[in-house]
Amino acid sequence: MLPKITIGEWVDVLVVWATDNLTSLFDAIVVVIQFIVGNLAWALTAPSPWVIIILSIPLVLFLTNWKTAIGTSLGLLLIYDLRIWEPSMNTLAMVIAATIVALLVGIPLGILSARSDNAHKIIMPVLDFMQTMPPFVYLIPAVLFFGTGAVPGLIATVIFAMPPAIRLTGLGIRQVPVELIEAAEAFGSTQYQKLVKVQLPVAIPTIMAGINQCIMLALSMVVIAAMIGAGGLGSEVLRGIQRLDIPVGFEGGLAIVIIAIILDRITQGLGKRDNN
Amino acid sequence: MLMAKVKVENLVKIFGEHPNRALKMLQEGKSKEEILEATKNTVGVYNVSFQVEAGEIFVLMGLSGSGKSTLLRCINRLIKPTSGKVFIDDEEITGIDENKLREIRRQKLGMVFQRFALFPHRTVVDNVAFGLEIQGLSKEERLAKANQVLEAVGLKEWENSMPNQLSGGMQQRVGLARALASDPDILLMDEAFSALDPLIRKGMQDELLSLQATLNKTIIFVTHDLDEALKIGDRIALMKDGAIIQIGTPEEILTNPANEYVEKFVEDVDMSKVLTAEGVMKKSETVITPKDGPRTAMRRMRENGISSIFMVSKDRRLIGLVMAEDALKAAEEYKTTLDEVLLKDTPRVAPDTPLAELLPLVAEAKYPIAVVDEQNYLQGIIVRGSVLSGMIRKGENKTDAS
Repeated sequence: MLPKITIGEWVDVLVVWATDNLTSLFDAIVVVIQFIVGNLAWALTAPSPWVIIILSIPLVLFLTNWKTAIGTSLGLLLIYDLRIWEPSMNTLAMVIAATIVALLVGIPLGILSARSDNAHKIIMPVLDFMQTMPPFVYLIPAVLFFGTGAVPGLIATVIFAMPPAIRLTGLGIRQVPVELIEAAEAFGSTQYQKLVKVQLPVAIPTIMAGINQCIMLALSMVVIAAMIGAGGLGSEVLRGIQRLDIPVGFEGGLAIVIIAIILDRITQGLGKRDNN
Repeated sequence: MLMAKVKVENLVKIFGEHPNRALKMLQEGKSKEEILEATKNTVGVYNVSFQVEAGEIFVLMGLSGSGKSTLLRCINRLIKPTSGKVFIDDEEITGIDENKLREIRRQKLGMVFQRFALFPHRTVVDNVAFGLEIQGLSKEERLAKANQVLEAVGLKEWENSMPNQLSGGMQQRVGLARALASDPDILLMDEAFSALDPLIRKGMQDELLSLQATLNKTIIFVTHDLDEALKIGDRIALMKDGAIIQIGTPEEILTNPANEYVEKFVEDVDMSKVLTAEGVMKKSETVITPKDGPRTAMRRMRENGISSIFMVSKDRRLIGLVMAEDALKAAEEYKTTLDEVLLKDTPRVAPDTPLAELLPLVAEAKYPIAVVDEQNYLQGIIVRGSVLSGMIRKGENKTDAS
């Protein structure tokens, strides 16, 4: 009979080893993430919702246009009215924190994959692997290493949301026309000058699309992460499902959609502004 | 002696994974096809040597795939040659390190691209200033210099536009300005005008030539367009399959093609656009001076079998033309000078007048046309016969060769 290959057991050994030996690393990660999310969540929930709703108008207007600015404030007003302001702001804080971390790691990796064919050959299959995995699967190691709560939820979110940032940054840089690269080199650019004066600026629209994707994925994952106690709007939806409470579930879902649309419009507007 | 500004020696570029194997096969005299089959490597440039003098416009010409653009990129090492040497100002650049190469690119080499290659996210003036910015010049310095160059190419008022707001011809002027901004000695131009429509292209060629008259750069110009090569090239190198087949002045290439390939290449050339008055004129040995009377003039014309004769001063400046019948009349009337019958406003042309402009003159003229230089010295004369023989000269050569 065919002997079973013990892949599952190998992974188990690895996980046990990691939990035994990498505790201090995991603790450090927890501290950093808690610091970022904690402060963001505090900044969004401490002031009166009215302050946030009114301040959102000039801020979004500065980033994009009138339509988006008005839409944003109306959307936030509806969330406030539905009495789910605090979970919504927690979700928003987690999305922003996860996106920041994902971009801090993802964009440099994207640049690396564009500049080195070897890095490209390693990174691309890993991304394929990551993107075909169902999002729930990310929760398992997160729980094993970090327990339950907001931090493992965020780490799962960061990993889940990172691939498009890496992929589209790399793609954007690789798509810069070869003549522009030649022009940069022919005038005597250093590698660094070529990157910051030509490749990155020309790739900005593609990179912005990657950032947009990254935020959208982060939002969807943050909701799923409620299953391991990450809190926020995901918990509302989960509650709605568990108790078959249609009003709670629908209102939570609606707030998620509103936040999704706001974030999408703002990042798309940013991309267009840089285009012009 | 003129110093070679750019010198290329036995340059070879092989694309593929085993350049050394392919190189060895090349040295054994194998053909491009054999090498492609055996090693999957493509020979881009094959054993090319040439020199470009300072201030010269040197044209690399050939069909697409002939290796001309590859060869050009080997000169500033955008493409690293497989073997052979490239010298710029007697400095070998094939062996230098990245830093030194960057310095040479910044100081000595400017490049203009076929599809302009302007940076879409930068304004026109920031595009032009790019090379200076890379060199670390302050903002004021580089903008001042960039504006100056923009003015020279006639785009001053467009400085704050984005490249995509400009027409093709204007974009390429920006490309040219960008290459000129750091004041390099050498301009590499890769099919620089090929993407422009014919009228604009012609205008740009003229503009390049007039800019060159004041700037006196060393220009290496790649083109697949023979007319363009003939128009702007001081010398032309004709390439096929990565090798140079013939190097020569436009006239040499046209009138003395090295082999059948060159011959086929140039057979459709409109000779009237290439040949100049100087090329088709006859040296006029037979002239008269003001002290000669009608009888001398008559005798000279009779001796040489001509029906008119030019009068020049002692130092051979053109004074006028005397027709045979007028001289005869003056002789019959016992005049001692030719003053009364001297024609002073017969047509005159400069030596570099293209044949295309001469043809209508020749067709209409009742008189032979005088070719004079700027100081009005008589260089030669053009009659109908000399134009025709000039145009069929190429045909004669062909029969000689076969």
